[in-house]
Amino acid sequence: KLNIDIMPNPELAEQFVERNPVDTGIQCSVSMSEHEANTERFEMETRGVNHVEGGWPKDVNPLELEQTIRFRKKVEKDENYVNAIMQLGSIMEHCIKQNNAIDIYEEYFNDEEAEEVMEEAPSAKTINVFRDPQEIKRAATHLSWHPDGNRKLAVAYSCLDFQRAPVGMSSDSYIWDLENPNKPELALKPSSPLVTLEFNPKDSHVLLGGCYNGQIACWDTRKGSLVAELSTIEFSHRDPVYGTIWLQSKTGTECFSASTDGQVMWWDIRKMSEPTEVVIMDITKKEQLENALGAISLEFESTLPTKFMVGTEQGIIISCNRKAKTSAEKIVCTFPGHHGPIYALQRNPFYPKNFLTVGDWTARIWSEDSRESCIMWTKYHMAYLTDAAWSPIRPAVFFTTKMDGTLDIWDFVFKQCNPALSLKVCDEALFCLRVQDNGCFIACGSQLGTTTLLEVSPGLSTLQRNEKNVASSMFERETRREKILEARHREMRLKEKGKAEGRDEEQTDEDLDIDLEALVSKAEEEFFDIIFAELKKKEADAIKLTPMPQQPSPEEDQAVEEGEEAAGEGKSEEVEEDLA
Amino acid sequence: EVEETLKRIQSHKGVIGTMVVNAEGIPIRTTLDNSTTVQYAGLLHHLTMKAKSTVRDIDPQNDLTFLRIRSKKHEIMVAPDKEYLLIVIQNPCE
Repeated sequence: KLNIDIMPNPELAEQFVERNPVDTGIQCSVSMSEHEANTERFEMETRGVNHVEGGWPKDVNPLELEQTIRFRKKVEKDENYVNAIMQLGSIMEHCIKQNNAIDIYEEYFNDEEAEEVMEEAPSAKTINVFRDPQEIKRAATHLSWHPDGNRKLAVAYSCLDFQRAPVGMSSDSYIWDLENPNKPELALKPSSPLVTLEFNPKDSHVLLGGCYNGQIACWDTRKGSLVAELSTIEFSHRDPVYGTIWLQSKTGTECFSASTDGQVMWWDIRKMSEPTEVVIMDITKKEQLENALGAISLEFESTLPTKFMVGTEQGIIISCNRKAKTSAEKIVCTFPGHHGPIYALQRNPFYPKNFLTVGDWTARIWSEDSRESCIMWTKYHMAYLTDAAWSPIRPAVFFTTKMDGTLDIWDFVFKQCNPALSLKVCDEALFCLRVQDNGCFIACGSQLGTTTLLEVSPGLSTLQRNEKNVASSMFERETRREKILEARHREMRLKEKGKAEGRDEEQTDEDLDIDLEALVSKAEEEFFDIIFAELKKKEADAIKLTPMPQQPSPEEDQAVEEGEEAAGEGKSEEVEEDLA
Repeated sequence: EVEETLKRIQSHKGVIGTMVVNAEGIPIRTTLDNSTTVQYAGLLHHLTMKAKSTVRDIDPQNDLTFLRIRSKKHEIMVAPDKEYLLIVIQNPCE
């Protein structure tokens, strides 16, 4: 059936002028098309042959010295040989003398230093992908670079879903050689899957692993893949060991571990039958195991050997002193942390007073001086953040991984509201991240056991001019700001307490109650409004596909936090006006 | 005479090693150890052949007389002949 029939309208022709002659270019060439095809993974092995002896003729046995000498003498008597050598010799001498006369490859412009190219956009590219050779895929939960030369990577594989590990899942973890992504170099076989794995920085043959069942295991790569030392199960942790770190000691055999059962234990690998020391993470300082918080991440900086920090499942960061006299004093202070478990905790390698934590949907930077809140934070993301690490070369650059498989590179001297670079590494969640010591390579492990090796552009891995000063002044400025805010809050609270005691008590209670409920409902409303606004904005973004300014979000989040704080502490309306 | 020439070459300043290798890779005279010599012989033979064919391809009347390979650490000089190769390794920096 005919839907539309438009008849030609000759009147429209008058709007056009005939052009004569018409000049167009045409190309007369073969029409070609370009196709790409990706073949299936082909496993290759490279082998070399080392040639030791030259091609002796059949009658000469190369092993017999006499025969070879005889052969050589015969050749030397040959006239051809003599002529050839005389001629070649004279040419050669000429060139040798030339070389000795002037060094034509001399470095003439040594004084000029290479200019730093900063205009290039930050980029990163995938260099290699190491897949878990097992059939049943496990998540790559921890990575550790080899201490010498970083040519090898140790990856710990385990299934962290509680008791949902599939039957028949292998408990092997592997050491990969970067040159050979097809086959792991060595397989480590513990009795239960490894949750963490670390190379000993002093002795690169020794590895320490924390198992899913709470034991600590130690390997020596020279001895093979079976466990060299294993801690006894009675004295080990009761929950998976989430953090293991080697300590700097003269013997190079000390390490400590932390687990969600709330204990931090120190070990000496020569005697793994029981820990040398145990500290219970009970912040009420009563050393009750029932009150203890489960530890999910552990931090230790070799420049501050007596202090260490523990990030807990409950979202609190505990700073501890190892050398305290009584066990209760071991716990020095706590930081409020995040809303969820703290998955990563690391001090800045240049400014150890500042440390980075990751948990819930943000990454936060803290300073040891400011105990009530963090000094800098990122906005709330769409996906949970799983791991983070500072760059060892640039003090203001750090990397984070998320549950949606993206790796973000943040450069705080460049841009603070958004990552400098955001890469989608894979479709499944990324669980762990490790930066190599030269700051160029990053390895990240995913939920299906795939470890991806990325190389970052040189702009992100070379120290910029002045960057150290800029970064340190930034941290100090933020710390000062937080201190001022803290002092102000404290003053206000004291004022409030003073006022509350002055008034009639009953009346104050009622007032506070009413205020509390009103505040809570108001805060809820505001919160949901902001969430809906954000969601709508995100949808509009997706449709428009244009970058929207992200500035409003930190402010909004700040307002939400303050709203919640106000409701929680039950401040009076006077104070609310102050804040607004 | 041959001895003299080779000795003279070896005694020049900066010369690390001298060797004469025939077309089959057998070292006739060498001042370095056997395995190094065989390695150099095998590798340089191929390279010289390739360089020679390159020169001939560009201009069939031309021929390769000398090959110098400058590396970070030293300079390898190869003088090719129909049957033999004279290889000298020199470190020219002062």
